[in-house]
Amino acid sequence: MKQIQFENKYNASWENFSYLINDLEKSKKNQKTNLLERYDFPRQYREVCNQLAIAKQRHYSPILIERLHSLVLRGHEQIYRNKTFWLWRVIEFLSSSFPNLIRKHYKIFWLATALFYIPAIAMGISCFKNNEIIYSVMDQSSVADMEYMYDPENRKIGRNEARQTDTDIMMFGYYIFNNISVGFRTFASGILLGLGSIFFLFYNGLVIGGVSGYLTSLGFVETFWSFVSGHGSFELTAIVICGMAGLLLAKPIFSPGNMTRIDALKLTAMDAIQLVMGAALMLVVAAFIEAFWSPSSFITTNIKYIAAAFLWLIVIGYFIFVGRTSDEG
Amino acid sequence: MLDTIRKFEIPEGVDLELRLAGPVVRINAWLIDFIIRSTIQTAAYFMLIWLGNIGWGLILLTIFIVEWFYPVLFELYQGATPGKKTLNLYVCHDDGTPVNWQSSMLRNLLRVADFLPFGYALGLLSMFINKDFKRLGDIAAGTVVVYRNNKNTKINLPNEEPSPLPLPLTITEQRSILDFAERHDFLSIPRQQELSNILTDLTQKQNKDSVKELHRYANWLLKGQ
Repeated sequence: MKQIQFENKYNASWENFSYLINDLEKSKKNQKTNLLERYDFPRQYREVCNQLAIAKQRHYSPILIERLHSLVLRGHEQIYRNKTFWLWRVIEFLSSSFPNLIRKHYKIFWLATALFYIPAIAMGISCFKNNEIIYSVMDQSSVADMEYMYDPENRKIGRNEARQTDTDIMMFGYYIFNNISVGFRTFASGILLGLGSIFFLFYNGLVIGGVSGYLTSLGFVETFWSFVSGHGSFELTAIVICGMAGLLLAKPIFSPGNMTRIDALKLTAMDAIQLVMGAALMLVVAAFIEAFWSPSSFITTNIKYIAAAFLWLIVIGYFIFVGRTSDEG
Repeated sequence: MLDTIRKFEIPEGVDLELRLAGPVVRINAWLIDFIIRSTIQTAAYFMLIWLGNIGWGLILLTIFIVEWFYPVLFELYQGATPGKKTLNLYVCHDDGTPVNWQSSMLRNLLRVADFLPFGYALGLLSMFINKDFKRLGDIAAGTVVVYRNNKNTKINLPNEEPSPLPLPLTITEQRSILDFAERHDFLSIPRQQELSNILTDLTQKQNKDSVKELHRYANWLLKGQ
């Protein structure tokens, strides 16, 4: 068949197909075609694929091949695309994927936990016994700021005349900006053979442990612990999960299994990014608690401690129990 | 052949081709996006600063969202950030399918690592080593940055009286003649003549007449006698 005959025969169906693609590429509101017209789309797509193969095999002119190629490429984008409603995917993620992913990679989770909590506890005990050690991870002015913030004499930490709702909102913005950025960096630097994630986990462990030990030794127990205990469950767990996701990026480089390293990386990275997004959501919850609940001076210390224990139970229970299916055993 | 076209086979059994974008055009796209991002952040600063502490909270939130989610939101919405779109680029998976939120988040969060030790040095190095111009984020997410083809693909041959080929040509040679005729709008007239003079042995003509003769062959190949 001469090219011109081929074109004359199929031109109308190409025009129709291209009209359908144009319509599908628009946002839902602007689409003019109805379901009945679109019902035929996959069949038409396979036909154009077939015609492209024929045109190539018969060495028809490059411009015709280009036209068919671009139709197939755009059709391919429309056919192989996830169109599930986003809210449904978020629910599915929180009720099943997220805790399941933690359990799937539980060894890496415990590794990240150890990398964070061992230096934290060691540094906490050291600083509690000897105040001077805090200066090995923080400079003098930061320590002084920290001391001033939690000094029971100042009571700046509670909500009084000086601390109004607008300050809470400012701090909320700051906690989101700072904490989630730290979490993202802890994750992303894991692509460098895991070294970045190990560093951030270890360093954050040292600083957080050190500050806790130092302030406790000064006797600021009530101001400090009642403030941090509330959001600690969400925040510390989320930082560990970010580190865990970073370590996951390094795992396929060292043990790719029976795949190439790049293929193994692509596969594990899809798990890792979901863990990071879960951790980011946890950090949003943590920022909310830290900005609006922890500093409140209307809530008594005892209630804060009870709430903190309750929140820890929620976090631990969530990762142990949620999303298990019966066939998992 | 050494070129920037990446082929992949789709389930329907045809090969599709993507034209990869190199470092220079991607740096330009990044610069455009950088200007847009900075403008949004500066505008947010001057609009919200008047609200006191609440304003500061909102400014920090804006900076956070623009810094981390600007590329993701645009890639999910239209496949490309405004910078990429201006330069006719878009992001897709290795198999040509549109990016989903996981791959888009992944490739954009890993910018942190690509940026190290300064000014995207690691990302650039990775792009030079990788045959698909991928930075680390693209490798992990399995994505490529490619050109979008918006060219008008209507066949446009100069209309000449068809004339049969004086001697049989292979299919590749026939295709070269068709290709030459289809490009008559993009080539200057002296260049067309220069090219057609290479085939003087075939056409037995020079310059303008030679171009015309080749167009007549092309019409014959396309439409038949």
